[in-house]
Amino acid sequence: MNDEILLEAKKVGMEFGGLKAVDGFDLQLRRGELVGLIGPNGAGKTTCFNCLTGVYKPTSGEVIIRGVNIRGLKTYEVSRLGMTRTFQNIRLFKELSVLDNVIVAGLQHARQTVMDDVLRHPRHYVEEARMRERALELLRIFKLDIKSDQPSSSLPYGEQRRLEIVRALATEPRIILLDEPAAGMNDKETEDLMHLIAQIRRDFRLTVLLIEHDMRLVMGICERIVVLDHGCIISQGTPANIKSDPAVIAAYLGVDEKSAEVT
Amino acid sequence: MTDQRARGLFYRSLPSPFLATVALVLVGLIIENSTNAYTQDVVLWIFTNIILAVSLNLVSGFTGQFSLGHAGFMAVGAYLSAWCSLRPEFQALPDPLRFTLLPAIGGLGAAAAGYIVGLPSLRLRGDYLAIVTLGFGEIIRVTLLNTEAVGGARGLNRIPATEGWLEIGLSPYLAQFSIASFWTVLTITALWRIVHSQKGRIFLSVREDEIAAEAMGVNVTQAKVRAFVISAFFAGVGGSLFAHSVKYLSPATFSFTKSVDIIIMIVLGGMGSFTGSVIAAIFITLIPEFVLRPVQEITKVDLRMVIYSLILILFMIMRPAGLLGTREWNDFAWVKRLQLILSRLLNREAKDDSSNTPSPSEVS
Ligand SMILES: Nc1ncnc2c1ncn2[C@@H]1O[C@H](COP(=O)(O)OP(=O)(O)O)[C@@H](O)[C@H]1O
Ligand SMILES: [Mg+2]
Repeated sequence: MNDEILLEAKKVGMEFGGLKAVDGFDLQLRRGELVGLIGPNGAGKTTCFNCLTGVYKPTSGEVIIRGVNIRGLKTYEVSRLGMTRTFQNIRLFKELSVLDNVIVAGLQHARQTVMDDVLRHPRHYVEEARMRERALELLRIFKLDIKSDQPSSSLPYGEQRRLEIVRALATEPRIILLDEPAAGMNDKETEDLMHLIAQIRRDFRLTVLLIEHDMRLVMGICERIVVLDHGCIISQGTPANIKSDPAVIAAYLGVDEKSAEVT
Repeated sequence: MTDQRARGLFYRSLPSPFLATVALVLVGLIIENSTNAYTQDVVLWIFTNIILAVSLNLVSGFTGQFSLGHAGFMAVGAYLSAWCSLRPEFQALPDPLRFTLLPAIGGLGAAAAGYIVGLPSLRLRGDYLAIVTLGFGEIIRVTLLNTEAVGGARGLNRIPATEGWLEIGLSPYLAQFSIASFWTVLTITALWRIVHSQKGRIFLSVREDEIAAEAMGVNVTQAKVRAFVISAFFAGVGGSLFAHSVKYLSPATFSFTKSVDIIIMIVLGGMGSFTGSVIAAIFITLIPEFVLRPVQEITKVDLRMVIYSLILILFMIMRPAGLLGTREWNDFAWVKRLQLILSRLLNREAKDDSSNTPSPSEVS
């Protein structure tokens, strides 16, 4: 049961007018895994996410999520299969409060109808209270509950990133894709975040695919890492194997010397 | 929350719309007895304009979809309602009831139009959507222009209006005023409650970021169609009230300029503020009639459009987000303080004071 494959990408390719941003991308995510997807900037990591979540229609290959081929599905339908994501360039609902950002994500599980809302039927009040409580509970885990009434755009950068994760969790996903959740954070914040990710993965029994371009960050928490360069998988395996793979070192050396100093 | 407490809140939410309608009818009684027929007519137009403005605000201000076709939905409601009122089958219903129900028919017709326009065009965004809605408004106008059953270019004449209920002392004007009040309160209450509920947040999320909303499981296309249908319904209601208060319809009334008039109201009032739309609709109805017209009579030059445009330009320079931005009446600190004092006086918890318009933070 533990090897159940929740997400499978088969030879996924994505071209933008001749540029192969992703080429022959294969991936199998098993239940409960925490896999890192790393690679230098421009390697095609975000494009992979967009293909997996239905934002882009891949130009070739298949994506199967919990047994369903997502070809032809809309993004929201893919999300309702139990897979959700965060964005590298933060995409919160800026003018909505922190709380409302989270509530919106849980609405697919709401039980009242528009008519209940208009008539202010008792069901409306019960559901309002239930969703509010649930959202606050999630916010509490990420220590954002004290800011629940502020507009989300007023949060500092690091908290906006955390809020994106809370919002994603509110959809009650089985699989969560995190796109550079630590971007722009300092070392301390990053380390806290990585622990938090490991913790929610346990508590919510999630399967996590984590993008990070700085590979030191993911070494500690991922049990498996996939390395992407120029749209192709150049290496995959345990952190220890990745660290010493010459192809990986070369890819990182070619782009960014600092990130390569992991060995 | 316990079921009992939820039921309590439900009962408490019931009276306010009725009280608001009754209060408005009392205002109507005063207006009937203290002003001339012309002023009385202008006051009726205020209701129509409020309904048109708040309903457009749902689509443009709250859902973020720029629509240039609101007058088209209004036209559908106006013509359908007028046409029905002229049919003999309709005379069977007693008078005040008939004219209370006609706006619903106009609204349903307009909602159907909203659905038809909505489905294919809502995959479009921004400028493209604006052009499609603009085209829709023109199609409606040209269709009416060429439909002899509703008078074609000559227009539709002698549209009946309620004759009141003289047995209980309800004059024709007061009856009309009451029907308009009823529908205005209903429109504002329904739209307010939709937007100020967790589900209504879907519209806002679409406005804020469509891609993120989709990724969170929001069916964005469906949300947009819903916003258009609800908005069109109330535009049709407004059109119906308009038809039976001016008693004459011409396709020219529902030109592109009418849509722009409504857009001006929501922009001036603040996109995303119902309160702003109501205030702007009131002023924009009154100013041309009671300020600009007298000015014209004194100066003998028609400066109305010039002054009007100048006011608009100045306003947009000084308050680009409109009068209230996205704030509502109960977002102001002094209102909150007043509410608190009132609820203390009434010896209730402040939190329980959720009338028909609870603020989001009070919905607990
Ligand atoms: N929508 C797009 N249109 C054209 N090119 C794109 C688009 N999205 C990404 N690319 C290109 O694909 C490549 C991979 O980008 P991306 O997936 O964002 O990389 P990463 O997330 O690994 O930094 C880049 O060369 C980028 O310019
Ligand atoms: Mg990226």
